Amino acid sequence: MDISAVALIASLIVAATPILLAAIGELVVEKAGVLNLGVEGMMIIGAVVGFIAAVNTQSAFVGFVAGALAGGALSFLFAILTQYLLSNQVASGLALTLFGLGLAALLGHGYTGIKPPASPKMEFFGLSELPVLGPTVFHHDLMVYFSITLVAGVWAFLKFTRAGLVLRAVGENHDAAHALGYKVVRIRVAAILFGGACAGLGGAYLSLIRVPQWTEGMTAGAGWIALAIVVFASWKPWRIILGAYLFGGVTILQLNLQAIGVDIPVSYLSMAPYLVTIVVLVIMSADRARASLNAPASLGRIFHASN
Amino acid sequence: MKLLNTLLAGAALAIGLGGMAHAEDKTKVGFVYVGPVGDFGWSYEHDQGRQAVEKAFGDKVETVFVESVPEGADSERVMTQMALDGADLIFTTSFGYMDPTINVAAKFPNVKFEHATGYKRAENVSTYSARFYEGRTVIGHIAGHMTETNTIGYIASFPIPEVIRGINSAYLAAKKVNPDVKMKIVWVYTWFDPGKEADAASALIDQGADIIMQHTDSPAAMTIAEEKGIYAFGQASDMKQFGPNARLSSIIDDWAPYYIARTKAVMDGTWVSTDTWDGIKPGMVEIGEFSDKIPADVQASATAIKEALEAGTMHSFTGPLNKQDGTAWLAEGETADDGTLAGMNFYVEGVEGEIPN
Amino acid sequence: MIKLIPRNQPSKSMIALTPLIAVLLTMLVGGALFVALGKDPFAAIRMIFWDPLFGEHAFYYRGQILIKAAPLIIIALGLSFGFRAGIWNIGAEGQFIMGAICGGAVGLAAYPSDSWLLYPAMVLAGALGGMLWGLIPAFLKIRFNANEILVSLMLVYVAVNFLSGMVTGPLRNPDGFNFPESRAFQSFSAAHNPEIWAGTGIHIGVLVMLGLVVGCYVMLTRHIFGFNIRLAGQAPRAARFAGISPNRMIMICLGLSGALAGMAGLFEVTGPAGKLSTTFPLGYGFTAIIVAFLGRLHPVGIFLAGLLLAVTYVGGDIIQSQLSLPKASIQVFQGMLLFFLLAVDVLVMYRIQLLQRRVR
Repeated sequence: MDISAVALIASLIVAATPILLAAIGELVVEKAGVLNLGVEGMMIIGAVVGFIAAVNTQSAFVGFVAGALAGGALSFLFAILTQYLLSNQVASGLALTLFGLGLAALLGHGYTGIKPPASPKMEFFGLSELPVLGPTVFHHDLMVYFSITLVAGVWAFLKFTRAGLVLRAVGENHDAAHALGYKVVRIRVAAILFGGACAGLGGAYLSLIRVPQWTEGMTAGAGWIALAIVVFASWKPWRIILGAYLFGGVTILQLNLQAIGVDIPVSYLSMAPYLVTIVVLVIMSADRARASLNAPASLGRIFHASN
Repeated sequence: MKLLNTLLAGAALAIGLGGMAHAEDKTKVGFVYVGPVGDFGWSYEHDQGRQAVEKAFGDKVETVFVESVPEGADSERVMTQMALDGADLIFTTSFGYMDPTINVAAKFPNVKFEHATGYKRAENVSTYSARFYEGRTVIGHIAGHMTETNTIGYIASFPIPEVIRGINSAYLAAKKVNPDVKMKIVWVYTWFDPGKEADAASALIDQGADIIMQHTDSPAAMTIAEEKGIYAFGQASDMKQFGPNARLSSIIDDWAPYYIARTKAVMDGTWVSTDTWDGIKPGMVEIGEFSDKIPADVQASATAIKEALEAGTMHSFTGPLNKQDGTAWLAEGETADDGTLAGMNFYVEGVEGEIPN
Repeated sequence: MIKLIPRNQPSKSMIALTPLIAVLLTMLVGGALFVALGKDPFAAIRMIFWDPLFGEHAFYYRGQILIKAAPLIIIALGLSFGFRAGIWNIGAEGQFIMGAICGGAVGLAAYPSDSWLLYPAMVLAGALGGMLWGLIPAFLKIRFNANEILVSLMLVYVAVNFLSGMVTGPLRNPDGFNFPESRAFQSFSAAHNPEIWAGTGIHIGVLVMLGLVVGCYVMLTRHIFGFNIRLAGQAPRAARFAGISPNRMIMICLGLSGALAGMAGLFEVTGPAGKLSTTFPLGYGFTAIIVAFLGRLHPVGIFLAGLLLAVTYVGGDIIQSQLSLPKASIQVFQGMLLFFLLAVDVLVMYRIQLLQRRVR
């Protein structure tokens, strides 16, 4: 018996969507020169608040909106710390993760063991009935298509709009951007909020569609994978999709291989995407000219206008 | 360095912790959980047991618990703290608490300890576990009847004897009523990771399974089964609310009778160190209500099996049975002894795949 | 309008005051949280901060604080040098794990040896394992210019998976019924890191930690290496002129922090954790990063910050069992503490000036 590729792709798309959403948000944050290691914390807050809102209103849509708002709200704490109070980004991000995991568990205390309202799947006028393409491409929930649209939107924003150019300039060299009169802090805060909202959305996808239920610690490291995907993608939006499907795909493939009875070394296969990410990073960085096109030069550095 | 001096001076006092526990009128019972009480699986059921103790004894008992305690030094601290605060009886509910429990028990000879699923005992340390495999015989029987694809998916945690026992037991029962049945096993190497458990369920369904069994703690697989329109069984707790259509039955851990009995023993001063391995009969393993999706005749035969296990007229592992490699294990009519079961590290004949190592 | 004015010198008074301000703010807001959860805030805060140190059972908790603090402080001390020089190793968790695996493997291979040489060999192997894991990002940074933050972070997850491969494979206890864990180090004393004085919590790792605090203090303030580090961090160009090779600095800082993290890992598995298992890493490597910052990258500060965090861990367990508060509430409380500490830190390097709105 062999693996059904169709089923495999359909499942990996669902498994990859939360990390895809979180990663595209973090990409924008990093493009603005900020490293927010609190993705895990923002995701889980999005998961719990989205879940609570959806259960109370019986609307998955309200849940997603609430999840995004909650992720954004938590990221605002990070923005205050790093942009106004000039705290170290690495430490603030880690503190955000710790705080988020705790707060989420506290908020969700009465919400374990409940089923969220169902999210309808998209039906494309019979296209969903097509063989192969139907189940893989045309039979998902709305968020799957939204996440891909979002990637396209971010790509277009960074590449074609003036605001996108300014955002990249801020990430590249904040002093120069400041000298040109751009509001470095304001732009970065906006980017951080966007990243938080995306992470929150990814979390809500986890609790409303992928699992779907609320349990403590349910993100189980997804936020860290999102960080890896940004690097894997060399800060290019389209490659985020590739990265998310690779990371999501390895887990799904591993489980499917086991299900058909292939004996595989699970731990070694699970570390593969991280090793691949390191290799990608090395190849990309080795060529300094190309590296400068991708990696934001001011990543993680504190900006304080001296005048 | 003044603080350090204070610390060291204080530390010198600490020698001789034994006998520190002070007696109170109320019997104080402590519970140490490995997961959150809201996991709706393992830790949840232990906490249900704790609440039953409170209900049974009312004012005469005080219970305390600490959740999500990592195995290792943290668990040792939590147990010591409970003992220092005057606990008379402490239940430590994860295999990984075995050595910490023994260590702390040695320091507090007057406090009684109860360690779940372990094998090390002492004068004041009992061990207890449940014969979950008996429950698996019942649900395996149902699964064998109900599967249309002749494929049962099994989400397994770690390749330890308890899990392997469950796989063998479920497989044998299913095979008995359905000779064509196959079991697909996925090892997730975790007790509790809803995302991964959900993915594992999807993978098994994609590979043709139409019934899911699990030996992990979250109800994620049940929700996936409900969504994909297939069947599953509740694990540890009933899980009906997660899959009203998918759930056929469940294996419920019911610790309440044991916890109440042991608390009573401490109150009466009759507590002695024992090794308890109870199954369906004393009610430690319960079979959840049958879904009306199960045909009446299957419900009847499943009930008969349950009653036979309860009466002791049937054993989940009764010969003739061969091991996976074809070597003989049990002769006609012979039943497995507890020693072999406790250390089970082989599949029975017919199970496909290898135990990972 | 509020404006931040950089100070010429870090404010001495603020260095001492800010941690107090942060703790007070945390007590205030955290107290409100406990009220919201329907608990007595004074009791809760007393149990978190006071009882572990001076309460009825403090004689026991003080030792436990040292056990919790030792790995945090050892790792944070190692990280602080790199952080001062602008070299960001955030993969200490991975180095901690690899140290535990390498050192532990040496011990397990020698089972049931009773040679007194075994434990020193294990410590050495642990330090080497951590160091090599730390040198990977160093090498990739020097040779390929790869960002060490990201590489060291990725290597954490490689190490986590490697650990799970090891304890379900080669290092699994042959007599352990297939449980994913190694033989207990308690079972052969030559490889065990026991309490040296019963009840005090002091094991070899705690002594090493105390020695390292002093050693790092001397190195940072009295030794040329400490000077070079500070120079490299504050004025990279000047450092280059002074003949300090940035590449060597990267190797030393990442190697050193890796070695210390690896050693901490070995002390942890052979002592408090007791065995290698998938559950022994509790995130000390990440928490240590916060400890390093809270301690302002200074050895004495790190020592105090590590103890403070350890107190809240121990106190957190107390409020859980005594007030029936969920575990999450103490995590939130710790998160607040970190936020406030990070937030008020700004006062050390900057003055706050209230600007009057000028009339145009």
